[in-house]
Amino acid sequence: MSVLLQQLVNGIMQGSLIALIALGYTMVYGIIQLINFAHGEVFMVASYGGLATFTLLPDDLKKSPAVALPLMFVGGIAVAVLVAVIMERFAYRPLRNAPRLAPLITALGVSVFLQEAVRVWYPNATSNLPYPKVFPEGNLSLGAVNVPWTGVLLIVLSVGLSILLQTYINRSRMGRAMRATAQDPDTAKLMGVNPDRVIVLTFVFGAVLAGVAGVMFGGFLSNINIDMGFQNGIFAFTAAVLGGVGSIRGAVIGAFIIGLIKTLAGQYMPGGTQYDYVWIFVVLILVLVFRPQGLFGEPERVRA
Amino acid sequence: MRKHSVKSAAIVGATLLVVAACGTNKEEGGTAGGSCDTSKGTLTVGVVAPLSGNLSALGLGIKQSAELAADEANKKCTVKGYKLAVSAQDDEANPAKGAQAATKLATDPNVVGVVGTLNSSVAQTVQPILRDKKIPQVSPANTNPSLTRGNDFLTAPKRQFDNYFRVCATDDLQGPYAANYLVEKAGKKKIAIVTDGKTYGAGLAAELSKQVAKKGGQIVGQETVGEKDTDFSGVIAKIKALAPEAVYYGGEYPAAGPLSKQMKDAGLNVPLMGGDGIFDPKFIELGGKEGDLATSVGAPTESLATAKAFVDAYKAKFGKEDYAAYGAFSYDAANAIIGALAKTVDGAAWDESKRDAMLTNVGAYSAAGATGEVKFDQYGDSTNKVLTVYSVTSEKWKDVQTGEFTG
Repeated sequence: MSVLLQQLVNGIMQGSLIALIALGYTMVYGIIQLINFAHGEVFMVASYGGLATFTLLPDDLKKSPAVALPLMFVGGIAVAVLVAVIMERFAYRPLRNAPRLAPLITALGVSVFLQEAVRVWYPNATSNLPYPKVFPEGNLSLGAVNVPWTGVLLIVLSVGLSILLQTYINRSRMGRAMRATAQDPDTAKLMGVNPDRVIVLTFVFGAVLAGVAGVMFGGFLSNINIDMGFQNGIFAFTAAVLGGVGSIRGAVIGAFIIGLIKTLAGQYMPGGTQYDYVWIFVVLILVLVFRPQGLFGEPERVRA
Repeated sequence: MRKHSVKSAAIVGATLLVVAACGTNKEEGGTAGGSCDTSKGTLTVGVVAPLSGNLSALGLGIKQSAELAADEANKKCTVKGYKLAVSAQDDEANPAKGAQAATKLATDPNVVGVVGTLNSSVAQTVQPILRDKKIPQVSPANTNPSLTRGNDFLTAPKRQFDNYFRVCATDDLQGPYAANYLVEKAGKKKIAIVTDGKTYGAGLAAELSKQVAKKGGQIVGQETVGEKDTDFSGVIAKIKALAPEAVYYGGEYPAAGPLSKQMKDAGLNVPLMGGDGIFDPKFIELGGKEGDLATSVGAPTESLATAKAFVDAYKAKFGKEDYAAYGAFSYDAANAIIGALAKTVDGAAWDESKRDAMLTNVGAYSAAGATGEVKFDQYGDSTNKVLTVYSVTSEKWKDVQTGEFTG
């Protein structure tokens, strides 16, 4: 029983991380129908940005986590936002009216470019880099179940930020503009919405969430490498598709489903943790066969 | 549209630059000798080791220690008429890349021997390529017993490659030595095993589990993780339920460090033990915790009287003591090749017809090296079977027990 509870908690922790990344995929798709495959790399770059911020801090600040940790988040998020805005301006905006395959291939190119850029230019990025030990250590003990403090922080941040995002999009003026652009960009334009601003803002929101995820990933697992963006990006993309790409609620729920499948399959299915990824994609295929629009997605509309 | 094509051209150009930078070849030679007669030219000692990637710290120690050996030989005019150079090839800890590196060295008639590889799995692809050219290969670090004695190494040992030698002890000793320490000395009877499923890790764990059973201990569970995994919470929850008193990890430090940290975070506060693959300062940087254990081949380089000259010379040449776990072995391996070469050439000219004699001379090589006696048995294994258990104390590896495995 305690094993089941522990694995459920593990699943929720992994789901929280994937959810933060999946929101970026789903928002961008919702607005411009682009699967931004480079979004996983934004998450990776943010993690290295957080690490670089720490490295650049003076020695006495490094010793006080209360200052260093928030600064790492700021640094990681700043790098992620910068990369996302440049990416949108120079790689995706010129292709906005091109056939949908062109930006998709561009996204793959940007993904490879970012990964190789970090490998070549970040010092020692060819091997796993240890993440600074400024995160709260130890764990929260709830009877037989142990939750690392970094995991608690991850869950709180992920759930909190998702609710905040959902509220912002539903309540604010800018959120209404985003929903309008997603529904019909041309009509939205006629109503005085500036689509360029809406799209940049969507990328920025995605990057902020990926930035938080990138720094938390380092603290949670104690080391980072340049492959982390690809691997977690695939999970996040899968979560977005599972939940119904374009749906905020769907992406978060999809992410938790994936986290739970991964840990529970690792515990109870034949093959154990070596084959846990397989079950994620088995579930994905089953959902897509019976509900192609995903759990919370709307059926594909033909656009004018 | 014109503006756009300029931009995409810039992106393509930048990408090409990155690709070109990745393809840069690392080739470095030893520095020139003093006033020796080098009229006959330069002979090359090859090195095949991971110079990039996760294991590059170990690979760098191997490469630089071999360079030190070549340098000293040049100064002492060990090989009459020739200057020695080191050509280090990157295998990225990848068997396919290792095969390319070995092929590159094997096509050079001036390559007299190869120091390497680090990984047992890479050695498997390198061995046959070098054998076809009769080039001696001396490994400082391969610990898989089947490389010298075949798959039935316990019951029917049979020499596999007459060009392959190694200067370190093997897993069939390392695993049991660790088992003895865990069960008898540390009193840990219930042990869980995690491996990365590679030749090295799985071999180590298999030998350990046999000995644990023999000594009255119990293997409570066995799990396999992916080499590139970073989140081990699933595996940890599984083994935690089995209440092990220690976890043995068959694999290398890039996964072992985070695994140890995540075990502690998840409330599984038992020592993690591994083989020489986790015996590296990076293990501690990546999350290895106090009380974690590792076995490694040979005696600790720092406290070994015979290694003092090596450590001093290394520090003088490279400024840092980053010879890592296999530096002293690599130095001995290079010296075995150089010593055998001196005997083979002996004032005459080197040509490829001397390769048979060269192999015989490496096999018969015997000298006092940095790690102790350097000598090979009939399978090409080292006669030096000394092993050491290390423990993480105050964020550093500290030796706790050195000896030979006696059963």
